[in-house]
Amino acid sequence: MLINQISIFLGNTPGRLATVAEVLAENNVDIRALCIADTTDFGILRIIVDNTDLAFEKLKEKGFAVNITSVITVSMSDKPGSMANCLTVLKDAGVAIEYLYAFTGRKKERAFIVIKADNNEKAIESLKNRDISVIKSLEEI
Amino acid sequence: MIWNKKIETLERTAMQELQLERLKSIVATAYENVPFYKQQFDKVGLKPKHIVSLKDIEKIPFTTKEDLRDNYPYDLFAVPMKKIVRIHASSGTTGKPIVVGYTRKDLDNWSESVARIVCASGANDEDIAQIVFGYGLFTGGFGLHYGLEKVGATVIPASSGNSERQIMLMEDFGATVIVGTPSYVLYLSEIAAEMGKSVSDFQLRIGLFGGEGHTPEMRREIEKRWGILVTENYGLSEIVGPGVSGECTVQNGMHINEDHYYPEIINSKTGETLEYGEKGEIIFTTLTKEGIPILRYRTKDITYLMEEKCECGRTTVRMKKVFGRTDDMLIIRGVNVFPSQIESVLVGMQHISPHYQIIVTKHNYMDAIEVQVELEDATLLESFSDLENLEHEIRHKLKTVLQIDAKVRLVEPKTIERSTGKAKRVIDLR
Repeated sequence: MLINQISIFLGNTPGRLATVAEVLAENNVDIRALCIADTTDFGILRIIVDNTDLAFEKLKEKGFAVNITSVITVSMSDKPGSMANCLTVLKDAGVAIEYLYAFTGRKKERAFIVIKADNNEKAIESLKNRDISVIKSLEEI
Repeated sequence: MIWNKKIETLERTAMQELQLERLKSIVATAYENVPFYKQQFDKVGLKPKHIVSLKDIEKIPFTTKEDLRDNYPYDLFAVPMKKIVRIHASSGTTGKPIVVGYTRKDLDNWSESVARIVCASGANDEDIAQIVFGYGLFTGGFGLHYGLEKVGATVIPASSGNSERQIMLMEDFGATVIVGTPSYVLYLSEIAAEMGKSVSDFQLRIGLFGGEGHTPEMRREIEKRWGILVTENYGLSEIVGPGVSGECTVQNGMHINEDHYYPEIINSKTGETLEYGEKGEIIFTTLTKEGIPILRYRTKDITYLMEEKCECGRTTVRMKKVFGRTDDMLIIRGVNVFPSQIESVLVGMQHISPHYQIIVTKHNYMDAIEVQVELEDATLLESFSDLENLEHEIRHKLKTVLQIDAKVRLVEPKTIERSTGKAKRVIDLR
């Protein structure tokens, strides 16, 4: 039920993000989703790609601080209220969200949100109990 | 006005006689009461009785900051603790500070020394002096405090920080003398301007600056902004604190209180003694210190000595301003900082690499220090709070060791330049 995501530490110097993109391009890695969180000093780039291991290895070779972590990806119909529905379930279950981002995939009328919860198992269980669809692999997006 | 006319205008040969008499005495005291000095002398086969002229001082081995550190905290004290009435401390090169102790007599001599530089700056018993040096283990605050009191000035022990309040006190209390680091006093002028104040709102006439050097340009700027006459003074806690030397209103070199602190200039590489006018490292021997006699202390400050009688009438030897240092010590807002102190904090910490870089800048005339460290443990990326906690922990540890705030910036692994030779740890952009 969990998808692997890569987190990359970006120092606050121009061109760092471009370097990441270049490394991925050179290795023919497809980015399916991404988000950047930034502070005044640094940023954290989080990406979901089609070849996590290869991307991880190549970025590490380039000297980046990279980490792989498991995240929950929820599939929902792309209409008002879907996200509220999902988050209410997590709220009721007492699950806290470390971070979250959304993207639309290749499936028509579907939207996806990536969630890093403080307790992934509990989150998945509560979502499944309420028939909210948690994807198992990248094929589904 | 000259505070101690007899000593400060003493004829050269008479001064040298006094110095020799005191030198013999302090050498004997140090040899008999401080095991470290006995070892130092024995190593080179020197006995106190071999010191028969001032020139013989050159036979005495140097004392370094490392020696003070190795004898932390009290092993260089020459008297029992019962006789020590005050402790001060300054930065060591690593975690532990350098500790000095004063007897009651030492404190008297110290305030006498400061009284002389206070009078040399043109201040007197009618002045109201606001001290914006920090009070505490740092010698700046207390040193000037007692010297000014001895002269009879009214002392406002404002200490450092809380700038808007400083301006209020300065105006309301009618301060005529300001005592602090030049960068802070310059900064205060900005604050005063922001508060809508002008020079005419204040009574200030004199600035007594120390703790760090300043350029002639900066002096003129401060003099203009505050409408004051600025003099510089010099000191270091290993020798006594402020009061080792200070400028008179002629503003050409700092008069050394050489009846208490005997200066020499040496070639810092060979250790050979240099002539008047030759630039080198200034070293001092305390001639009257009871608590912790220090012989030939390597200050690592570069300057030269001037022997000619000054226009002000004083005959004491002057030292020019400090041109630089022989080591990598930084002065940040008047506080001494060694890169090695920062290293002692960072090396061995989890989640980061042992590589670091120190960036020193000036914002609003105030020094700022930033320490860049490489993030090594990428698992922290899953939580901002973990990253923030790491930064916070480093900052807290640095503050404990340095006594000042440093900004911490996490950077990517392997982005800090690795060098094959001596690492360039410090980028000073001031």
